[in-house]
Amino acid sequence: MIAELGQLALLFALAAALHQAVFPMIGAGMGAGAADPRLTASARSAALAQFGFLALAFGLLGWLHATSDFSVRNVFENSHTAKPFIYKLTGVWGNHEGSMLLWALILAGYGAALALARSGITTLRARTLSVQGMLAAAFIAFIAFTSNPFDRLSPAPLEGQDLNPLLQDPGLAIHPPFLYLGYVGFSIAFAFAAAGLIGGRIDEAWAKEVRPWALAAWGFMTVGIALGAWWAYYELGWGGFWAWDPVENASFMPWLAGTALIHSIRVTEVRGAFRGWTALLALLAFSLSLVGTFLVRSGILTSVHAFAVDPARGVFILAILAASVGGGLALFAVRAPALSSDAKFSAVSREGGLFANNLMLVAACATVFIGTFYPLFAEAVAGEKLSVGAPYFNLAFTPFVFLSLLMIGPAAALSWKKGRLSRDARLFLPAGAAALAAAGIAFWLAAPKSATAATGVALAVFAAGSVFADLWRRVRPRETGAFARFAGLPRSSAAMAIAHAGLAIVVIGVVGAGVWKSETIAYAQPGETVSVGRFDVVLRSVAEAQGPNYVSQGATFDVVRDGKVLQALVSERRFYPARGMATTEAAVWTTLRGDLYLTIGEPDPERGWVVRAWDRPLAAWMWAGGALMALGAFVGIAPVRRRGSLVARTGEAPRRPTGAAKGAPAE
Amino acid sequence: MMRRLFFFAPLALFVVVGMYFAEGLTRDPGYMPSMLIDRPAPTFDLPPIEGYAEGLSSDDFAGQVSLLNVFGSWCVSCNVEHPVLLAIKAEAVAPIYGLDWKDKPGAGTAWLARKGDPYAKVGDDADGRAAIDFGVTGAPETFVIDAAGRVRHKHVGPISREDWETVLRPMILDLKKQAGES
Repeated sequence: MIAELGQLALLFALAAALHQAVFPMIGAGMGAGAADPRLTASARSAALAQFGFLALAFGLLGWLHATSDFSVRNVFENSHTAKPFIYKLTGVWGNHEGSMLLWALILAGYGAALALARSGITTLRARTLSVQGMLAAAFIAFIAFTSNPFDRLSPAPLEGQDLNPLLQDPGLAIHPPFLYLGYVGFSIAFAFAAAGLIGGRIDEAWAKEVRPWALAAWGFMTVGIALGAWWAYYELGWGGFWAWDPVENASFMPWLAGTALIHSIRVTEVRGAFRGWTALLALLAFSLSLVGTFLVRSGILTSVHAFAVDPARGVFILAILAASVGGGLALFAVRAPALSSDAKFSAVSREGGLFANNLMLVAACATVFIGTFYPLFAEAVAGEKLSVGAPYFNLAFTPFVFLSLLMIGPAAALSWKKGRLSRDARLFLPAGAAALAAAGIAFWLAAPKSATAATGVALAVFAAGSVFADLWRRVRPRETGAFARFAGLPRSSAAMAIAHAGLAIVVIGVVGAGVWKSETIAYAQPGETVSVGRFDVVLRSVAEAQGPNYVSQGATFDVVRDGKVLQALVSERRFYPARGMATTEAAVWTTLRGDLYLTIGEPDPERGWVVRAWDRPLAAWMWAGGALMALGAFVGIAPVRRRGSLVARTGEAPRRPTGAAKGAPAE
Repeated sequence: MMRRLFFFAPLALFVVVGMYFAEGLTRDPGYMPSMLIDRPAPTFDLPPIEGYAEGLSSDDFAGQVSLLNVFGSWCVSCNVEHPVLLAIKAEAVAPIYGLDWKDKPGAGTAWLARKGDPYAKVGDDADGRAAIDFGVTGAPETFVIDAAGRVRHKHVGPISREDWETVLRPMILDLKKQAGES
């Protein structure tokens, strides 16, 4: 009964989405003043109804999982009566059908949020909601016709097959919702771009309206990617956090395009320039999200992130991809030539810096795209089966990260229209000196010696230092009124500084944990010591235990220094009988200087237990930096405050703030 | 005019990429080619595992269609596959030969004694040399070898009941027909 209600809710949501797709667009009309307010206003009710029905469907699926109704195929394939309750709930999106429903729910959620936004349904918003409705209708149809989570099984099995144990983990439970909030959030930017192109207006007002949505999507995506990396780090049992796997790249490409977007949209908002380019990036960010979805769900590339592969689904998503991306880009081809701007600026200016930033991000995105899809092209052209590995990506991507770090502070400090390099060069001298010192220290002290790693750290220090120098100049702490100036900084300046500093910290963490790691594999009997990096670890005991849906062997370790126990840690090996799968639960001791990472392996009757230990310096910096980047985005969503009186008092021309962060994590 | 064409570039690029996507959909991503397919199996002569009289050599493949299964007592997924192997043995369609890969002395024997022995013969590949010749990347892995001693198929990972019923059994029956076995 509940499953049938869910079916019904899906169909009602589809009807609402179709209404939302058609009528507001008709109501908005083709000309400027021809809008029919009754039709455009119906976008609001349609968007809210669509969200309501999808929320109902999602809630019902959650209920079916919570009550372990194995007559529903989706529950049978992904749940088990003994599974902990929290994972019964998170298991709703730990599978293809449920995660697509979450995808659609979030899409509808963004639509509903826009429908409820202040100042009502303008013509631009009506068109935007209409485009959103088209996307939603396509995805709800995809769910209802090829990936229905409410399909029944007859006869109903008594017990379920359990969720993949790797997915029974808090990191995984929260990482997809954030990632989807990001992926799907770019749909609003896409819809706004399409609506703006239809209306022939991509201008300052358009950019002002779209920027918070793009920032929100980008912020959520940053959190999602960071959580995904964190989950891989402690759950997969080898301490890696980024493997350039196709599915990781699938989330990384829209992130890079979105990063370019949140920078270029600032130029459109403040200076009215880059109009066509910003529209293209808005289309591109969501297009790459769709490409990612296609990549993950169609199985055209082999990946460790296996979703059930089904060619019928691949064909359906390819059709959605062709219609939406093809449609968006065709609209761009026809309408964008009419968008022009008379904003002039010299090469050395904020605009120039942001233009360079955009070129770099798009090139970086293309680099990832080519590496990810090269196997597909190679197989089609030459019939060869091959894969592109991490070395290509590390080599090709690192220069972009380095250049970004070098430019991040100086470019952000330039004035709009025409900047002065000579003034800024002096400002960044201390940052440069700090960078040189950091390079020296990193090269001499850290092992293994790596010029690339030292350069990375130096540039990260330079980036952080130049962000700080720019803030310093604006606030001028030695003079009176510094505190007021600090409090009066535009929100977007603070946002930018936070996000840029976050990137610098991420890079330091990636260098530390990725390059300066050390690893030991040893046999140990209880009482014996294993040493790795700066840690000495004593294996105390190994004990069997019974979990709710697994059996485990837990090893207790003590981290000792100078005869004193610093920390006790437990690492487990779990076996999940329902799936016949084993997982490794690493013990991770996190400190500011670095992580100690321990796993326990197979026993040997004579030599003891296999213990693998890693010292991963600065690993926590990655997570802290990622959090800062996302925080920057959310701070930047708040509207810009103007402190006219303050500007008058200090006598400086009002500085226009820039947007948020750039750059990227990489191992 | 040229300026207008420039704006079509993203669309054109997307159309090209889209065609590759469409073509990619027609392929099986799980297909992993093996250099050995349709070539004679590498020659080897392995000693028996502890407590067994007979070892395993490549000569054992001659004359009938058989399966070569790479396993180890240390291998978790082999536990999952094991009941399926016992069921295959019970069907008596083709003998299964076992390659005990990188196991400690006696460990393989103890594992088989505890769980049941699906193998017609088992060879002890303690140093993993034979597995290297077969291009084994992990355990379990299974090769279908025809009556002429040629490798015809490689299965990576545990064999599920479905794999057996839909892929391996039909293939073996087909090969037997070709070889004129009854």
